[in-house]
Amino acid sequence: MDNESQYSGYSYKSSHSRSSRKHRWVRRLKRRSTYSDDNWGETTTVVTGTSEHSISNEDLTRVTKDLEESTPLECKRFIGPALGGCLSFFALITPLAFLILPQVLWRDALKPCGTPCEGLYVSLAFKLLVLLISSWALFLRPPRATLPRFFVFRCLLMVLVFLFVASYWLFYGVRVLEPKEEDYRGIVEYAASLVDALLFIQYLALVLLEVRHLQPAFCLKVVRSTDGASKFYNVGHLSIQRAAVWVLDRYYNDFSVYNPAVVNLPKSILSKKMTGFKVYSLDENTTNNSTGQSRAMIAAAARRRDNSHNEYYYEEAEMERRIRKRKARLVVAVEEAFTHIKRLHEDEAAASPKHPREVMDPREAAQAIFAPMARAMQKYLRTTRQQAFHSMESILTHLQFCITHNMTPKAFLERYLTPGPTMQYQQQSGRGRQWTLVSEDPVISGLRQGLVFSLRRLDFSLVVTVTPLPFLRLGEEFIDPKSHKFVMRLQSETSV
Amino acid sequence: MSFVPGQPVTAVVQRIEIQKLREGENLILGFSIGGGIDQDPGQNPFSEDKSDKGIYVTRITPGGPAEVAGLRIGDKIMQVNGWDMTMVTHDQARKKLTKKREDVVRLLITRKSLEEAVKHSKGSHPRQ
Repeated sequence: MDNESQYSGYSYKSSHSRSSRKHRWVRRLKRRSTYSDDNWGETTTVVTGTSEHSISNEDLTRVTKDLEESTPLECKRFIGPALGGCLSFFALITPLAFLILPQVLWRDALKPCGTPCEGLYVSLAFKLLVLLISSWALFLRPPRATLPRFFVFRCLLMVLVFLFVASYWLFYGVRVLEPKEEDYRGIVEYAASLVDALLFIQYLALVLLEVRHLQPAFCLKVVRSTDGASKFYNVGHLSIQRAAVWVLDRYYNDFSVYNPAVVNLPKSILSKKMTGFKVYSLDENTTNNSTGQSRAMIAAAARRRDNSHNEYYYEEAEMERRIRKRKARLVVAVEEAFTHIKRLHEDEAAASPKHPREVMDPREAAQAIFAPMARAMQKYLRTTRQQAFHSMESILTHLQFCITHNMTPKAFLERYLTPGPTMQYQQQSGRGRQWTLVSEDPVISGLRQGLVFSLRRLDFSLVVTVTPLPFLRLGEEFIDPKSHKFVMRLQSETSV
Repeated sequence: MSFVPGQPVTAVVQRIEIQKLREGENLILGFSIGGGIDQDPGQNPFSEDKSDKGIYVTRITPGGPAEVAGLRIGDKIMQVNGWDMTMVTHDQARKKLTKKREDVVRLLITRKSLEEAVKHSKGSHPRQ
C-alpha cells in the first residue's frame, strides 16, 4: 500500500493521500462533503480551521489495530496442542515400554513364549499403527482458534487418557516390575489391553469432538450491528465458545465486508431539524432556564413539517443513478482496455520475425493497459465508497492475475462491482483476528433456547440469537395409484 | 325431445307466463333449474335422452309464482323471453331468468305429456 511507483508515460494523478493512512495520522486534511468530492488522489483538498495535529477516530482505531496485530507471537496459542501432543506421545510409547522393559531388565528369567505371543505382537503392532494414523488424521491439525475458557471435552479426554495410562503404569510397576514377573505372555496381553483401551478412548474422542455437533439442533441468527446484514445457520449441540468459533468461520465467507463509510444517513439529512431556532427570553428576571429553552426548541421542531424523508429518497435515487453511470463508464473502459493486448502463442512468435512486437510478461502487460481504465476505476470506487479496500497496487496485481488466467473483463470486474465476503480482503498475517465474546452465560455452557451472545470487534459486533429447531412430526399417507379417478362435475341446481 | 345435430328442433311447447314475486330486494320465480351445456347430462333425472343438455326444472316451490303459473317439475325450458335455452350454459340460463329489470318472464316449455296430449287429440280429432 505504500508503493508510490510512477508509471512512466501515463498521466493519472498520483498524490500523497493515496498511501496508507497509518503513516499519515499526524496531518489530517478535512475534505468537502462526500457526495461532491469524487477525485481520488487529487490534491484539491481543503485545510480547514481544525488543527493540523488532530487525529480522527478512524485513524485512532487503525493505529490500535496495528499495534495489537504487531504484538509478538503468543505462546498461549500453542500450549494446549503441545500438552495434548506430549500426552498422546507418552500414551503411545507406553505399550512398547511395557514390552521392552522386562526384556531389558530380566531377560533370562522370562518364560519363552512362542506362537501366541507372536500373534499378539502382530495385533499390537497393527493396533498401534492404526492409533498413530488416526491420531495424525484427527488431532494433529493446527488449531483454528484460541478459546477464552477450557474446551471441556478436550480437557475431559486428556484427563481420561492421563488417568488410564497412569493407572496402567501403577499396576505395571506394582505387579510386574517389583516382583519381576516371569510370565511374558501375560505382560504382552496386558500391553495389548492398554492399546485396546487407547483405541476406545480415541473412539470416544472422535464422537465427542467431531461427530456430536454434526446433527443440527439449533438455529442461530447472526446480525451485524452496524448495517443489519443477517444470516441464519443451523448448528448442533455446541458450547457457546465453540459456537462462536463456528459462526466466525462462516462470517468470513458469507458476510459482505464491513464498510464503515456506508453506515448511517448523512448528517446533512438528519440534522436539519434543530437548526433555525433561536430562543429569546422576554423575562425581566433573567434566570437561566436552559431546560425551558431546549424544551421550547424541541416542541417547535416537532411542530415543523418534517421533510427529511423526502430528501433521503431523492438523495438515494441520485446516488443510485450516479453509481450506475460510473459503472457503465467503468465497464466500457475495461472492455476497451482488454482489447489492447492479446496472448502470444509460441508459433506466432516464430512465424513472424519481420514484425517484431514487444513481448511483455503479465506484469508489464497489466501496467500497459491499466492507464486507460484507471480514472474510471478511481471514480467508481470513490462513488461506491470502496476506495479504502482497493489500492492501486492491489488492482494491478488483480489485473495481472486476470490476464494470466485468460479472464474476460467481466471476470476482472467481478471483484469490484459487488462487495465480496470479508475473506477476500484479509491480509495473511500470522497474528489472527481478535474477537471478544460477550455473553451473560458462562461460555462453556451449551446452547439453549433464547440464548443471546455477541462477538465484538473494534468497530462493530455480531449479535447471535439461538432458537431450537422445531420438532418435526412426520405422518404418513398412502395413496393407491389406482385411486386417481375423475368425474364430471355434478349437476348444479340453481334456484331462481 | 331429442334432437339431431344440424336439424331444426321441433317440439310441442306450452307458453307460461310467470310474474316475479318481490321478496325484499330479490325477485324470485319459485323454481330451480338444472342442466346446461357445461353440465353432465347423464345425471339429469328428467330427460328422456341422456345426452340432452337442455335446461330442466328440477324443483318447484309449492305455492310460488311458478306453480301458480303452471310450471311443473321436469319441464324443459326452450325459451325465456325470446332467448333460446336449448344451447346455453347453466349460468347463462340463470342470468336470463333473473334479470332484475324484468318483472315477468315468458317461458316456452315442453314436456312429455304435451306430446302425448297432442298425439291423442290428433288421433281422436283428425284434422279436416
